[in-house]
Order: sequence, then C-alpha cells, then structure tokens
Amino acid sequence: MLLEYLQNYLSILIFLVIAIGLGFAFIIVNFICAPSHPDSEKLSPYECGFEPFSDSRMKFDVRFYLVAILFIIFDLEVAFLFPWAVTLSKIGALGFWSMMIFLSVLTVGFIYEWKSGALDWE
Amino acid sequence: MKDYISFLIYDLLKILAILVPVLIAVSMIVWVDRRVWGAVQLRKGPNVVGPFGLLQTIADALKYIFKEIIIPVRANKVIFILAPVVTMSLALVAWAVIPFSEKLVLADINVGVLYIFAVSSLGVYGIIMAGWSSNSKYPFLGALRSAAQMVSYEVSIGFVIINVLLCAGSLNLVTIVNAQKHVWYAIPLLPMFVVYFISALAETNRPPFDLPEAEAELVAGYQTEYSGMMYALFWLGEYANILLLCGLGSVLFLGGWLPPFDVYPLNAVPAPIWLILKILFLFFLFAMVKAIVPRYRYDQLMRLGWKVFLPFSLFWVILTSAFLYFFNLLPNTL
Repeated sequence: MLLEYLQNYLSILIFLVIAIGLGFAFIIVNFICAPSHPDSEKLSPYECGFEPFSDSRMKFDVRFYLVAILFIIFDLEVAFLFPWAVTLSKIGALGFWSMMIFLSVLTVGFIYEWKSGALDWE
Repeated sequence: MKDYISFLIYDLLKILAILVPVLIAVSMIVWVDRRVWGAVQLRKGPNVVGPFGLLQTIADALKYIFKEIIIPVRANKVIFILAPVVTMSLALVAWAVIPFSEKLVLADINVGVLYIFAVSSLGVYGIIMAGWSSNSKYPFLGALRSAAQMVSYEVSIGFVIINVLLCAGSLNLVTIVNAQKHVWYAIPLLPMFVVYFISALAETNRPPFDLPEAEAELVAGYQTEYSGMMYALFWLGEYANILLLCGLGSVLFLGGWLPPFDVYPLNAVPAPIWLILKILFLFFLFAMVKAIVPRYRYDQLMRLGWKVFLPFSLFWVILTSAFLYFFNLLPNTL
C-alpha cells in the first residue's frame, strides 16, 4: 500500500536522475567533439577587453539582500496558505477568521516596509 | 523482483514519452518564437534549414556541440559545470506532474501544485550558482538581478495559485482540471490570470523583463562566461521553463486538456491535443509580448512586483476566499 503511494515519487526520482544524466551527457559529448586550444587571454574573466581591475565578488547593493529576506517571509506565508486554501470548507468560521487576522497582521508589516522605503529602488 | 524490473522498464518508457516530446517541443517553440518575432518585424525569420526552417534549432544545437568549452581560470569549476545541468534538469523534471489527459500523467501525486511551486523556486539556484562560480563581474551582477527578480515574482505567482486552490479545493492537478468542467478559471479569476501571465514573463526572464540579460549593460548576464553546450543547456532550461509555465497556466486557468465546449466535434478531439493547443496559444502571447513591448527599467520591474502585484494578488486571495466562504460555494473534495 505504502509502496503504491510512493511509486509516483519514485517515478519523479527516476525522471530527475535521467534529466541530470542527460545534462551531463550533453556536456560530455561537447567535451569529446569540441576543439580545445586554451590560452591565458581566453581563460581570463570577461571584462570588455581589459584585465579585470579588482575581485569580481564585490560589494553589492543591500537591497538585493532585503528582497531575499522579504521573499522568505512572503513565501512562507504562501506555503502557510496552501493547506488553508485546500481545507477551507472543513475548518469553518474559526479557520477562516484566524487566517484573516494572520493576513491583516502581515499586511501591517507590509505597510511598514513600504513606508520605510524597503521596496524603493532608486 | 520481476515486478520491480517490469515497473522500472514501464516507468522508463513513460519518462521517455514525456522527455522526448518536451525536448522536441522546446526546439519547436524556439522556432515559433523567432518566426513570430520575424513576422512582427516584417522579416522572414529562420526558413532555410528543413521545411519552413523547422530544423533550425536542431542545427543550432549541433553547432553548439562542436564549440570549444571555456572554463575561466578563476572559476569554481565544479559549480560552474553543475549550474547549467541544475537549470536544465529542474526545468524538465517539473513536467512529471503535468497531466496531458485524465490518465496520461507520469506522477499523479496529491501535492502536484506544491511540487511545481517547489521545483520552479529551486530554479533560481542554477542562476546563482552560474553567477557566483564564474567569478567575473557581469555574471555576478546579472545573477543578483535575476535572482531578485525571480523571487519577487515567485511570491505573486504563489498568491495567484492560492486563488485557484480555493476554487478547486485540491493540490492535485488532475482534480484542478476536472473542477473546471463548467467554467475555466480564466473567466472568474481573469485578473489573476493576467497577473499570472505577466509574472510568468518575469519569472522566466523574458522580455520586457529580460534585465538580467540586458546586453547593453551586462553583456549576457549570468551566462557571460559560458560557451558551447553548457550555454545551450541554459537556453534549453530557459525555454523548457517557459513551456512549463505555459503548461501550468493552461492547467490552472484554461482547463488543461478539456475542450472549450463539451459538444460533439470539439470533445472528439483527443485530450492532449487541447492541452498542446492551449500551451501554443499562451506561448504565442509570450512571443508577441517579446516582439512588441520595450524593456522595463529595473526599479520599475521591482515596483511592479512588490507594490502592484503582491498587494493586488493578496487582496484577491481575501476576496476569493470571502466570496466562496460567505456564499457557501467552497468545493468539497476531501
């Protein structure tokens, strides 16, 4: 019984293995067929024709980090909404209203982020 | 033991029956893309290789095989090689749960939507890995932009999917399609369908949201250091992803394999044909948008995602759930 249940997931796993294998197969064929004449200019990082000035892993805008943090919050919220959306017919008024309260709390936080400028890109 | 082997062989055949058509479809939609683009600009587009130029993409792929692989000296080599494989295999593996008809689905799991949502969220890893491991400026900046853009629109796609789940009452894609027997969700949830479509454009880095690859500023974004087949794998993954989002859009909003009306000549057409037609229709819209819309600025893109789509789709979740709840229209599928 459990085995039958897991069969579908086994199919996905086999699919994943085949897809990864296919990707590597393409690259290996490429390695075998393609010419290889490396030289130092060819292998240096691309920077419009001149030698790279500085380390490429440089400082970057903190907003990218902020977006990632906000994404985690909202994506968790979406993940939380999934089971709620499916079972809404079963959980009745309590379930409905508690989610509304949860969403309104989140909306307050969202408004705060908006007002404090976390969503602005200049 | 014999059971296992026969199951394995049967399963492999089923996987090939999905994988091969998807790969062929990817090469075909690249051709469609270029032809539509050409037609809008009153050009011919690719028309030399094969009938109507249909084999152009395959010729391109063959060309990539004979191109030199360049791995920059400063790159993290293992991650550099893994990144395109991750991008491509994730885009392909999500197809495991897309139903082509009531029975024609590889893995009919009861959390299908969640699975697709998870796999498409993982897609961002391929891009971050590529940008970081290249150890070069343009790929790094391109990957940052791309990742921020993809995660921003992932959120609104999530809320849009919640709307569909509220109406269908199930995470299983077959059940969701069957719930659309009377009316496709594109009609009652039309605003959400529009949000889904535009978010899908941003999610797959398509124009007008192709900023990660804005060639005027970032060369080729995260793909700058890639060459040969590894570059082609990114491109394959990108188009497989576009096709996947078109497929998901057809399943969630356009009734999947269902005919538009359940009357004689229409319902005699085999179910997968309807799904393919709907995917083609959505992809045609993708191609038209690419041809006629100018590129967005990055701040406009982020504003659209966070300040327009996110509040709007969140509001629509509340609206849909309140409507279904107070009018007692919630589906009872459990």
